[in-house]
Amino acid sequence: MSGIVGYGASIPRNRIKVEEIAKVWGADAPSYKRGLMLEEKSVPSPDQDTITMSVEASRNALKRAGIDPAEIGAVYVGSESHPYAVKPSGTVLAEALGATPAVHTADLEFACKAGTEGMFIALNLVRSGAVKFGLAVGADTSQGAPGDALEYSAAAGAASFIFGREGLVAEALDTFSYTTDTPDFWRREYMHYPRHGGRFTGDPAYFRHVTGAARGIMDKAKMKPADFDYVIFHQPNGKFPLRVGEMLGFERRQIEPGWLVPKLGNTYSGSSPLGLTATLDIAKPGHMILLVSYGSGAGSDSFIFRVTERIEEVRDLAPKTRDLLDNNKVYLDYGVYVKFRRKIRKAE
Amino acid sequence: MRDVAVIGVGMTKWGELWDKSLRNLFVESALLAIEDAGVEKIDSMVVGCMSSGLFTGQEHLASLLSDYLGRNPIPAARVESACSSGGLAFRQGFLEVASGMSDVVLVGGVEKMTDVTGCEATFALGTAADQEYEGYHGLTFPGLYAMMAVAHMDRYGTTRDQLSMVAAKNHDNGSKNPLAQYPFKVSVEAVNKSVLVADPLRILDCSPITDGAAAVILCPLEAARKAKKPAVRIAGSGHATDTIALASRADLAWLESTRLAADKALAMAGRKVEDMDLFEVHDCFTIAEIMVTEALGLVERGRGGRAVEDGLTALGGKFPVNPSGGLKAKGHPVGATGVAQVVEVVKQLRGEAGERQVKGAERGLTQNMGGTGGSALVHIFEAG
Repeated sequence: MSGIVGYGASIPRNRIKVEEIAKVWGADAPSYKRGLMLEEKSVPSPDQDTITMSVEASRNALKRAGIDPAEIGAVYVGSESHPYAVKPSGTVLAEALGATPAVHTADLEFACKAGTEGMFIALNLVRSGAVKFGLAVGADTSQGAPGDALEYSAAAGAASFIFGREGLVAEALDTFSYTTDTPDFWRREYMHYPRHGGRFTGDPAYFRHVTGAARGIMDKAKMKPADFDYVIFHQPNGKFPLRVGEMLGFERRQIEPGWLVPKLGNTYSGSSPLGLTATLDIAKPGHMILLVSYGSGAGSDSFIFRVTERIEEVRDLAPKTRDLLDNNKVYLDYGVYVKFRRKIRKAE
Repeated sequence: MRDVAVIGVGMTKWGELWDKSLRNLFVESALLAIEDAGVEKIDSMVVGCMSSGLFTGQEHLASLLSDYLGRNPIPAARVESACSSGGLAFRQGFLEVASGMSDVVLVGGVEKMTDVTGCEATFALGTAADQEYEGYHGLTFPGLYAMMAVAHMDRYGTTRDQLSMVAAKNHDNGSKNPLAQYPFKVSVEAVNKSVLVADPLRILDCSPITDGAAAVILCPLEAARKAKKPAVRIAGSGHATDTIALASRADLAWLESTRLAADKALAMAGRKVEDMDLFEVHDCFTIAEIMVTEALGLVERGRGGRAVEDGLTALGGKFPVNPSGGLKAKGHPVGATGVAQVVEVVKQLRGEAGERQVKGAERGLTQNMGGTGGSALVHIFEAG
């Protein structure tokens, strides 16, 4: 059996509230909060990027896995905000972890789904016996154009998972992916900010793919919503995961432990993976977890995990996701926020 | 002039139809109208469309649509008059049959609006305003109608609740129209609390951006008596223009072009407005319906808000306005709206309007306008 042997999260301390952004643009904060079910979002500090957050999350995963990093045979970083257009994030991460040089590394990009893509590949390499341990990170310092609806949600965070065949904290029972060519959101080269197709990002994009992947894996595994203790959906805003859960027949109590978005924002490639870390933080041995990601363009990866006894031993070895989310916060005003996000620059 | 009748109508479900293109939308509605009329041969075609160029990059529309309808080489014309393009296309079709130039004319209206972003759609719609005197200063249609609303509220005491009652009424009606984009009810309170767009107008005061088409078949009344469905006679047609720029009007709270078009249409029909059993009017914003009811003479100047509050314009009221749900609930694919109003009146006069049927309706009126009233068309219909 293959599965997760260690997991870890990284969330920047900085936050900005919806009201603070709305104030600058003369927008109606209550309607944004109600419409998106968002209160605040995380903001990376000037020295935080996809690589540094990947390192932090992966070090936390290593603490829980308790393995020799040199035995990691594959390192994948999924993000749409890799710091370099050409030059991998994965090599920096692998070097920082001590996994080099006998390691395969790749950077992945698939809008908000690149994290679970890496998880899918790492898990299956482990499962095939090609590598002993495989590490996958979903991380983003996502971009939202000033004044765009995305500015209220585009956040930063990372989640890292180490897959192996022994010492499991969660067995991976099944995977299923659902992919079509659906252009709901994109950013071309040299564009600073992505564009999105408004409401087109809803029914034909998010809802079709998330329900497709969720139903596909449940059919494959002959399971139904009631068989799961927890479910994590991609969280572009507060509303979508709750609505898709309702469409599929899940109850709010199954969704809530991994529903981080109202206080975190959309961490893109880190979104549903961070929800999984928060869920593992509270799950008990034997609990069944369904994870369904979504990436624009478009596709969803789904996974079924069964939590093992070892979860009790490892969960306190690294910071818990809810603690990172709820404690030690620094609230930014819009001016500092735009400086941190490099939307304004100091004179040379 | 010959008497002219509508012998066939066609319309498909409106909405945000991502899997249908401009030509699909038109052809589907046109085929329904042709089938409804039971005609084989079409002599000519007129299509109303405001801005296929800006919405989809497609011009030379009339030939394209007659091709995809399989009707080349018939003469086909595209007519543009902003949001009254459909109404004007209908009038052109009517004149063509009335003059004896053609016997069977297909009039269609179409707009495919959701292939562009909200900003691009707002820009495209904004071309119906005076670019030099309004557009360049940043005015959009919600802004223009907001100024009209402020003027009306200031002068006549029209209230926020009365604006909301127009939306609530039209959604009540639209909830009975399966082809409507938003076939559900909306409460006055929900309108009052919806997102502010341009003070005092909120999002639920505004008609939506819609993909949709509608089509009708016209022929001489004599021939219509042999058609498979009961004929509906076009008893009157009125058309008037006004300044495009709101600032050039004598009165911000009055729609003179609608008044003039209505006077002409009613005079031609030999009827008074009180003779009408139902009205399909251009409620692009809630304030517009209030002002139109005044311009048509259903109520005195300044009493349009009171009329909706008193239920005068409700489906069961003395003057049912927008039984279809209006632009508000049914949707507003700008070039199609004027034709869809005719579709609704014909269905009502045939007794085919289902749950929203105005009982015993024998006469109906359509009012379609462009911009803030720079153009207006009114048509009068009578059963038989």
